[in-house]
Parts: sequence; C-alpha cells; structure tokens
Amino acid sequence: MAAGNTKSSQPLLVQLLRDYRATTDRRVQLIDAYMVFLMLTGILQFAHIFLAGSYPYNAFLSGFSSTVGAFVFAAALRVQTNPRNTPSTKSISPERAFADFIFCNLLLFLAVANFLG
Amino acid sequence: MAGPPFQQLVHRILLLLLLLLFVFFVFVFVFLMVTVLPLLLQTSMGHEIALEEERTRLLRVVILASIALVAFASRLFSVIRYESVIHEFDPWFNYRTTRYLVEHDLHQFWNWFDETSWYPLGRIVGGTLYPGLMITAAAIWNSLRTLGLPVDIRNICVFMAPLFSGLCAVASYLVAKELKDSRAGLLAALFIGVAPGYISRSVAGSYDYEGIAIFQMMLTFYFWLKAVKTGSAFFGGIAAITYFYMVSTWGGYVFPINLIPLHVFVLLLMGRFSNRVYVAYSTFYAIGTLYSMQIPFVGFQPTRTSEHMAALGIFGLIQIVAFVQLVRSHLASQQFRRLLLVSVGVAFVASFAALVFLTMRGYIAPWTGRFYSLWDTGYAKKHIPIIASVSEHQPTPWTSIFFDLQLLTFLFPAGIYFCFRSLKDEHVFIVLFAAAATYFAGVMIRLVLTLTPVVCVAAAIAVSNVLDVYLKTPPATERAETAPARTVHADRPSATAAEGESKRPRTASLAAQQRDPSAEKGYIRGDFSKLGTIAVFAYMLVQFVWHCTWVTGSAYSSPSIILSSYTPDGQQHIIDDFREAYFWLQENTAPDAKILSWWDYGYQIAGMANRTVIVDNNTWNNTHIATVGLALASPEPLAYDVMRKLDVDYVLVIHGSVLGYSGDDINKFLWMIRIAQGVYPHLVQESDFYSARGQYRVDDEASKAMKESLMFKLNYYRVHELYGNGEAWDRVRQSAIASKNIKLSTVDEVYTSENWIVRIYKLKKPDNLGRTLQDAAAFEENRRRKRKVMKKY
Repeated sequence: MAAGNTKSSQPLLVQLLRDYRATTDRRVQLIDAYMVFLMLTGILQFAHIFLAGSYPYNAFLSGFSSTVGAFVFAAALRVQTNPRNTPSTKSISPERAFADFIFCNLLLFLAVANFLG
Repeated sequence: MAGPPFQQLVHRILLLLLLLLFVFFVFVFVFLMVTVLPLLLQTSMGHEIALEEERTRLLRVVILASIALVAFASRLFSVIRYESVIHEFDPWFNYRTTRYLVEHDLHQFWNWFDETSWYPLGRIVGGTLYPGLMITAAAIWNSLRTLGLPVDIRNICVFMAPLFSGLCAVASYLVAKELKDSRAGLLAALFIGVAPGYISRSVAGSYDYEGIAIFQMMLTFYFWLKAVKTGSAFFGGIAAITYFYMVSTWGGYVFPINLIPLHVFVLLLMGRFSNRVYVAYSTFYAIGTLYSMQIPFVGFQPTRTSEHMAALGIFGLIQIVAFVQLVRSHLASQQFRRLLLVSVGVAFVASFAALVFLTMRGYIAPWTGRFYSLWDTGYAKKHIPIIASVSEHQPTPWTSIFFDLQLLTFLFPAGIYFCFRSLKDEHVFIVLFAAAATYFAGVMIRLVLTLTPVVCVAAAIAVSNVLDVYLKTPPATERAETAPARTVHADRPSATAAEGESKRPRTASLAAQQRDPSAEKGYIRGDFSKLGTIAVFAYMLVQFVWHCTWVTGSAYSSPSIILSSYTPDGQQHIIDDFREAYFWLQENTAPDAKILSWWDYGYQIAGMANRTVIVDNNTWNNTHIATVGLALASPEPLAYDVMRKLDVDYVLVIHGSVLGYSGDDINKFLWMIRIAQGVYPHLVQESDFYSARGQYRVDDEASKAMKESLMFKLNYYRVHELYGNGEAWDRVRQSAIASKNIKLSTVDEVYTSENWIVRIYKLKKPDNLGRTLQDAAAFEENRRRKRKVMKKY
C-alpha cells in the first residue's frame, strides 16, 4: 500500500504546490511563511523535551502554547484576509481581522509572560 | 446582631444604600451592554427607525434593570428574616479567606499556609482554592473604599451572590438575544432572576462559588455564541477571558470546557464546520487554556487530566480539518477525497493511540472518581463514601426538579423544539447544553444548578414564540427584526396557501394572500383566541412567580447556622445555638486549642470560633477524616488513644434529639462509620452498629458497639436529666434513648448550648498515677460511694 501511495502522491504534491503558487495572494503567502516558521519553532521545542526532558514544565508549556497560539491566530488572520474565502466571512474586514489578531496576541503573551516563571 | 433599635435602623438604612448602589451599578452595566456597544458597532440607520429603536431600547433597559433589581431583591429574604450573616458551611471558609485577603495582600494570600486546619497536617490554602470569588469580593471592597464607602467586608460577602444573580439575569438576556431576539432575552432574564433552582445557591449570605460562577458561565457562553456567529477572533478572546474568570472561581469550569468542544464536534459532524467556527474555537482554546493554567489550583491539569483531553483533541482535529480544507481548495475533488480519508483516518488513530499510551504511562491522569460517579451513580457509594455522604450529591428526585423549576419544566422541551425548528449553529449549542445539563441534573441534586440557565433560556424562547404570534396586531409594523418562528396558521385560507404552494400552481387570490405580509409573518385574527391564550399564559406565569417567591421564602432562605421556629401565636423564635457555642469556644478556650468534630463543622469552627480543627469541609485527605470517624465510632479507651495522638483538646458534637433538629451527628453517624471502615476495617464494622434485628436504633435495643461508641455517649450524656431522670426521648428518631447508664471517663462536659444542639467536651489529661482513665474513674466512683456510705453512718 505504501509503495502505491508514494507513487501517486508525488504528482499530487507537485500539483498542489503549483496551484498554490499560482492562486495564492502575496500577503497570504507571507502569513504562510510566518506560520511555517512558527511550526518549526514548535517542533523544535517538542524535540527539546524528548532530548532534555520537560523539567520546567511551565516554561515549556508557555513557550509551546505561545507558538501554537500565534500559529492559530495567524491561521485565523489568513482565513479572514484571504481574498479567496471572503464570502463566508464577509462581516469582518481585513483591518478588523488584523486588529483582532493583535488583540489576541496581546492577550496570549500576557499569560505567556506570567507563566514563564 | 439584634442591637438597640437605633442601630437596627442604621443597619437598615445602610442596607438600603447598598441596594441603591446596586441599582446604579446595574444601570451602568446594562446601559453599556445594551445601548452604547451596539450603537458603536452599528452603521447608519434610517432616522425614523432610529428614533423608534431608541424608544424601545430605553424601555428594554428599564425592564432589564428592574428584572435585575427583582433578582437581587428576591434573594434578601434571609437578611430580612434573620440578619446579614454568612450561611451554611463552605461560605464560612470563603468568608474567612476573604477576610484574610483584605487584611493581608494578594501575595501573602497566594502563599498562605494555614496551620489551623487539618491539624497536624495543615493546608496550603493559596494553592488549593479557586480564588476568583475572594478576589472579586476584595476588589469590590477596595473600590468602595476608594469611593469613600467603607462597607464591612462581611456585608460585601453576604450581598455578593444576589448582586451577581442580577448580573446573571443580564447575561441570560444576552444569550437568549443571540438565540432569538431581545423579547426572548427579557423573558430569559426574568426566569433566571426568580427560578428557585438558581436561587437555592445564591441567596444573600450564601457566599459560595456557584453564586457567581453561573453568571460567568452564561457570559462565557454568550461570547462563545457571539464568536461562532461572527467568526471574530476578538470575541473568541473575550470568551476565553470570561472562561478564565470562571476557572478562577469554580471547579465546574469542566462543564463549559467540555461542552464547547462538543458543540464544535457536532457542528463538524453536521457538516457545518466553517471558518467562523475554526477562528472562534482556535482562539478560545489557545487563550483560554493558557489562562486557565495560571490558577495554581488548576496548574498543569489542562494538559494532564482526561477531563480536558476532549478540548485538546477537538483543537487538534479542527487544525487538521482546516488544513485539509485548505488543501482541498487547491486540488481536484477526486484526488482530494482519497487524501482526506487517509489523512483523517491516520490522524484519528494516531491521536487516540497517543492518548491511550500517555494514559497508560501515567502522563495523563485518568478520570477522577468524582467524574466516574457522574456516569455510574452507584460508583461513589461503593468506592468513595465521602462523596456519597454529601446530601447534595444524591440523584435528583422528580419532585425536586419540579420544586426548583415548576412551569419551566414543561416549557423547556417546547423551547428545545423551537430551537430545532430554526437550527442555526447557536441553536445546536443550546440543544447540546440542554441535553448535557439534563443528564447531569438527573445524576446529582446540586447540578440542577447548571440545568437552570438553559431551562430558563429555552422556556423564554418558547414563551416568546407564543407571544410573538398571539400579541401581534394586524397592522404589523415593518421591522427589520422579526421573529424567526415562521407561522402558526390559525386562519384557514393562508394555511391552505402554504400547503398548496408546493402542490399546484396557486390561484391569484391565494397568491395575493401569500404575498400579504400579515399572512407571512403569522398572527391571529380572532380576538377571542388571542385573549384566551394570552390569559392562560399570563395566569401560568403569575403562578410561576408566585411559586418562586414562596419557595425562596420558605425553603431556600434559611441560613442554617440560625434556626427558627414559630410559637403557636405566630411569634418567631430564634434558635442561635451554633453561634452561641462557637462564641463560647472563642472566649473560653486557649487560642491554640484543637477541636475535634465531624468535618461538616470544620469551616464554621475555624471561621466563627477561630480555633484549630482536625478536619474540615475541604475533604482532601480521606484517611484523616476516617481517623476522626474512628475516634467517634470506637469505645472510649480506643477513642481516647486516637484523640491523644491527634493532640485534641476539645470534642464538639451536634445533638438534635432535644429540639428535633434532624441534621445532627447521630444521623450522620452511619456515614462516619462507613468512612472509618474504609480505612480501618479491623477496628470498625458497620454491621456492629445495627441492633439484633438489623435496625439503626438509639434505645435499649441498640447494639453494644453503638452504645459504647464515643459519639453515642457524647450525644446522650445526661439527656435523661432533662426529663426529670425519667426516660429520655429522641425527637428526631422518635424513640426512647438509652441514656441513663452513660458514664464518661475520658472527657468532661464543659459546655452545652441553650437548646442542647452543640455539646462540647474537654479531653482529660492522662492520669498522673499511670492508671487508665477508666480505672481512675472507677476508683473515684468507689471512693465517692464509700464516702457517702461513711457519711450515712
């Protein structure tokens, strides 16, 4: 099953990337880059507990949840500002979405700073 | 206190002032919520409509403020009948900690180690309580002081629950408004304002978590619905903050943190997952979880216990779903389906395996006993007697639900039906809320509390739908905001029009009627049927309010530390034994004296007498409680040894037989025995305490173990003297008492309150000749008898 899957998913991935490059807005791509960066940071932190243990657990949690939170807010911003899916979220303008994004990040990092110990 | 009339007058005036202040606050809050916020958010509007809107809005504000006032005022029975005093058991602890908080600062509060409870273990108070209630009270106290109103902290605590009930009415208004419109909102506010199911936990003086937590829960739900409806991260964040406020207050926060993910999951299953839901839940969970971990008592639980795993799982799931949807937008559907199936399947299996693995390895704690007892109602009785022993953890009888909700019980299903009719995302939430809360309310009496808000909201929707149809007049004003309830076709023509629409091309006249706005919106032409229905509903609602007031006044407004009875001529007689005895303790015992009593009275002794207690209502250490149970259930010599080991100075028992007070220790004794047996099965056996015929008795037929137990002796010592040395009678158990032969050798009676409810004994020092105290007592007895005999001759 595995062999068959890799064979057919190879062109799938290529097709996906091509379509992404062609149809995605520049600004959205920027957000995507930010999200990929956050994801890598998260993976790095997760790898760290496997290597060095999770001893200051609150520090790990605040670090990890700050990346997860920031990732999610970025995703929300992406969803709300992406010109491709405006019909479903018409009530929210890109400016409002950005303000929400900043607001949520502020809230999040308030707790992160408190929890870092 | 019942001081001179002048003082009482001052007291009343202060009370009135507080009341007025409350009205003021409610007005400000309501005004902000209802008037200013929507105005800011609203775009331009037609001038005339705006004027009309303005007028109804003002009316709404006035009505809502009066409802809040009624909610506040109807909870004051206890203050007016008795006095402004803290009720029951747990509130005494909350009150004591609040006092500590206002006397010290927040930092000391967090680090407070209380060595006067759970002696000799002590309790880390700062890390083992939900501080929201105390901090809120202290904040109100501080802000009033800054305003130049130095109100006693006790009064703040007493009026806290009514104040937040008023606010809860506003929060329910907002929730119902999201579901239907402001008319339903007002009804919901009215219902929650007077529903006994909520009043039972929030009368003045009942200074407990639930009183304000329900308000916080409704506010969280409101912002959650708002977030789902608008898809705005802002509202998601606000919902998370209100959720955090609730987490800081009540352990019941587990309910919303499971209900909201359930809502998301069901929306997902219904194929209604949208970007709005994604944004709302992601922001809510990301912020809410991190914030909830800021409370020391919650700590890392959101990542470590099973109760929180559903929320985490749904969070992960919607990330995957959102990603899959993103990929879908870039792919053709054929390829996509295969990818979707494979990825979702793999993700589900992987996360479930991870959960099982982590639980097995002990990284994630399995469900706690308290939660098992929610699924299996017999669980607690078998495994955790300490939970089962609390009366409010029993399954709810039907009468109790009717008593607490009356009319709403019947309107509730109707409201759910209307929710199903206009099944939008927010209605799904209410339906789930209703299902979950109904189940839990059936399992435990105290959880009727979480059922009440949803019942009120659903009932409001039902009544409002009926009134919408039956109150509408033919020249209907063309308003933008109309009822979602389609129609109740009373007049035949329009009904046939609706039916005929789908079947055949309609005739011109029918089509005309179809276009007629009145027929479309649905109203009733006949004045008679209108009047009849309205009259019936008005009658039922009046009955409901009547019932609520009666229940509040008669059942839920007793402080339980003060009892009252009525003399035949109708005069109220106050029985104040508890405070009398606790005050005696405070005045007559050493400041470091240790008092042993059953755990129910721990908080009261600590709060009122300010003495060290062995166990209290924070039942965190079962063994310690069982040891106390052992001391009370065993015969004197063993009990004395156990109490010496616990360094006890005084023993306090609650004795109801003289007055007929049924909540006394003899009635709780079986639970003490069961709890003690759980830890010391070789020393205590429940069956030993039943008479030969297997009955629980206190008269001559009582078993040997029963008659010899310390609890029995301390309760009935000298009771027969009240009956002129005749046969003593127990007014609770309606039987004679085997009290005549009770002799105490290890304790001395030091205090018995006016109506014999509280009896306090002091432990004797060990005999200085090294005899057992029984021998010493027997020796003394002999000598006395001899002396008497000598005197005779």
